[in-house]
Amino acid sequence: MKTKTIMLGGAAFAMSATAALAEDMTIVSWGGAYTASQQAAYHDPYSAMTGVNIINDASSGEAVAKLRAMSEAGNITWDVVDVVAADALRLCDEGLALEIDPDTQLADAPDGTKAKDDFGDLMVNECFIPQIVYSTTFGYRKDLVGSTAPTSVCSVFDTAAYPGKRSLEKRPINNMEWALMCDGVAKADVYDVLATDEGQARAFAKLDTIKGDVIWWSAGADTPQLLADGEVIMGSTYNGRLFALIEEQGQNVGMLWDGQVFDLDGWIIPAGLSDERKARALDYVYFATDTQRLADQAKYISYGPARKSSAPLVSKHATLGIDMAPHMPTDPDNAKNTLLYNYSFWADYRDDIDAKFQAWLAK
Amino acid sequence: MSDTNTVLANDGTSLKRSLAKSLRRQKIRALMLIAPLLFFVLLTFIAPIGDMLFRSVENNIVSDTLPRTVKVLSTWDSRTGTAPDEEVFEALAVDLKIAVKSKLHTKLGSRLNYEKTGISSLIRQTGRKVKKLDLEETPSFKAAFEKMNKKWMDPAIWQTIQQFSSKYTDGYFLAAADLTRTADGIQNVDEDKKIYFKLFLRTLYMSLGITFMCILLGYPIAFLLATLPMRTSNVLMILVLLPFWTSLLVRTSAWKVLLQNQGVVNDFLVWIGIIADGSRLELINNVTGTVIAMTHILLPFMILPLYSVMKTIPPTYMRAAKSMGANDFMAFRRVYFPQSIPGIGAGSILVFILAIGYYITPEIVGGTKGVFISNRIAYHISSSLNWGLGAALGAILLVVVLALYWLYDKFVGIDNVKLG
Repeated sequence: MKTKTIMLGGAAFAMSATAALAEDMTIVSWGGAYTASQQAAYHDPYSAMTGVNIINDASSGEAVAKLRAMSEAGNITWDVVDVVAADALRLCDEGLALEIDPDTQLADAPDGTKAKDDFGDLMVNECFIPQIVYSTTFGYRKDLVGSTAPTSVCSVFDTAAYPGKRSLEKRPINNMEWALMCDGVAKADVYDVLATDEGQARAFAKLDTIKGDVIWWSAGADTPQLLADGEVIMGSTYNGRLFALIEEQGQNVGMLWDGQVFDLDGWIIPAGLSDERKARALDYVYFATDTQRLADQAKYISYGPARKSSAPLVSKHATLGIDMAPHMPTDPDNAKNTLLYNYSFWADYRDDIDAKFQAWLAK
Repeated sequence: MSDTNTVLANDGTSLKRSLAKSLRRQKIRALMLIAPLLFFVLLTFIAPIGDMLFRSVENNIVSDTLPRTVKVLSTWDSRTGTAPDEEVFEALAVDLKIAVKSKLHTKLGSRLNYEKTGISSLIRQTGRKVKKLDLEETPSFKAAFEKMNKKWMDPAIWQTIQQFSSKYTDGYFLAAADLTRTADGIQNVDEDKKIYFKLFLRTLYMSLGITFMCILLGYPIAFLLATLPMRTSNVLMILVLLPFWTSLLVRTSAWKVLLQNQGVVNDFLVWIGIIADGSRLELINNVTGTVIAMTHILLPFMILPLYSVMKTIPPTYMRAAKSMGANDFMAFRRVYFPQSIPGIGAGSILVFILAIGYYITPEIVGGTKGVFISNRIAYHISSSLNWGLGAALGAILLVVVLALYWLYDKFVGIDNVKLG
């Protein structure tokens, strides 16, 4: 595979001299700072090496629906797609994503550890190639929460100590878990409780206590904006967004790591590509998910690399020069009380609980 | 008719026939002229909509993926309260083994999970284990499946499979009407899941409200546009059109900045002392936000038809009314207003039909109480992937719009609508 990469690269490089022959590859991701970090860590070096021209498409938010439509129309225009693990699970279920053999199609760690062991539990299904660990957690306005800064995720439900608006994502996932945890359910039992009608009612009852104080968001950029405007005193969003708000924009916002929910983001390759495009997509993914590349991405955005072997290689931020390790959700100081997104639970209960959640919202 | 009465054309054929012939030729020529457009509309508009609507009843997946199981299961009586017999499990084993090879089983799992929570993972898990099952060597398939997952012994699972085994289903439409089919027939869904009827109703009355607001705000502007001298009215026209040319998202986001709690409007009101700092108005993330933003966005669609109708009302009519003793108000009410009604009709239809399908603006400024049924349709198309339910909701919305159009035609008359 390695020699093939080099040969391919050499051939492509020779051809790119006659620019008309340059190959195009469409990579779908989330856009914004996230795509920028991938551009710097993966796309640019890969293009320089192989001469493949990478086209970015910021459609990851509706990747599952669009891939299904493309597959029904028989014309798949995407080569590699960045999705969250839950979507990868659905794409795999629908037969829309290619199954990957980690031992032959992904790079080993520098010390020879097989990719499968290097990624460990994060390879949640046969199609998903993990890239980063991110978390959904809370940020709070230091000047609006009073003299005692919140230290527990349950502060979100404590309107007496922290009066004011808070922003939560307009979906049941994560909110239901936090509600139960703050209603006294042990972390280990959360999903068992949530699987029952009574447990769901209990979570809604807990959410009811703050319903009037919640602004519901649907885009990751909403909470940082609401915090910056002083519309909310605390709110949930992805940790990388909060990092950008605090470190890059210097807003007066604090990070509440307690109760953060880990989730994964990574690549899938659409099923049904031509052999030539499939080979190229696999070649790209092989390169972009090796140990060094994953560590490189952390220079541009504060998401943790998915490989164990990448963690020691995480260095300083490319422009700010600050150490990135303490800003990783996986850093031991930040990860004292965490929850991992339960993929199989939500695959089953998503539709049912979402119907109830929407009805509850409209009440 | 006798031959003697037949009028003959120059070439000796009956005039009637040659007339019909030339008319037909004309019709064909006309049809040929519109053929490209007709073809285009059929291909890119009617066909996809038809296909999408068809999804609301289509349900091939169960009988295609589990053909043998569906056949033997049809004789099982769901009221026995026990799982079906060995032969059903044997058929399921054969079907699943084939389905797993082509990776169809998980698709089936997602489909049935819409109806009964938990089937998705049940089928995914079983699919993994059924690969190792040897069809020749298994003494009891029922026991084998029970070992794989106890849920297979639950008659409710089998009831769901049986119920959705036909090629067509009314399940999506029932769900879209907050109904569900149980063993005792069609019933309302639980109170904590009822949402669609409420959303349809909300969509209708909010769209009506927005239409009404557009008439209220648009009418005076259109009147000014039509009556002011050309120079001034041209400037005014630019002001009407400028927002029309600005991106929808930009305008909606601008409303967010204006209306939010710490936004421009609230800040100003606090500054001039009308409201206290502690009791700022809730202008966004609710019904108010949606009505304000959508009225602004749809206003040009009301002003432009109104303007073009008012432009055709001769100013002499008003002068005549006044010369005969009517005061300003009477002349407006009895002479001007009745002539502008076709413009109101056209504008209202445009605004109402656009409003009823609006989705992005309510999503951004509507919070939880200001969202429309189209937001749920979008959710089911792009997020939950329950395209059948999305299609059913869309079909109902289409029927409601057509019914309202029919009502409008009956009471107001579509001939009374004028775009200029």
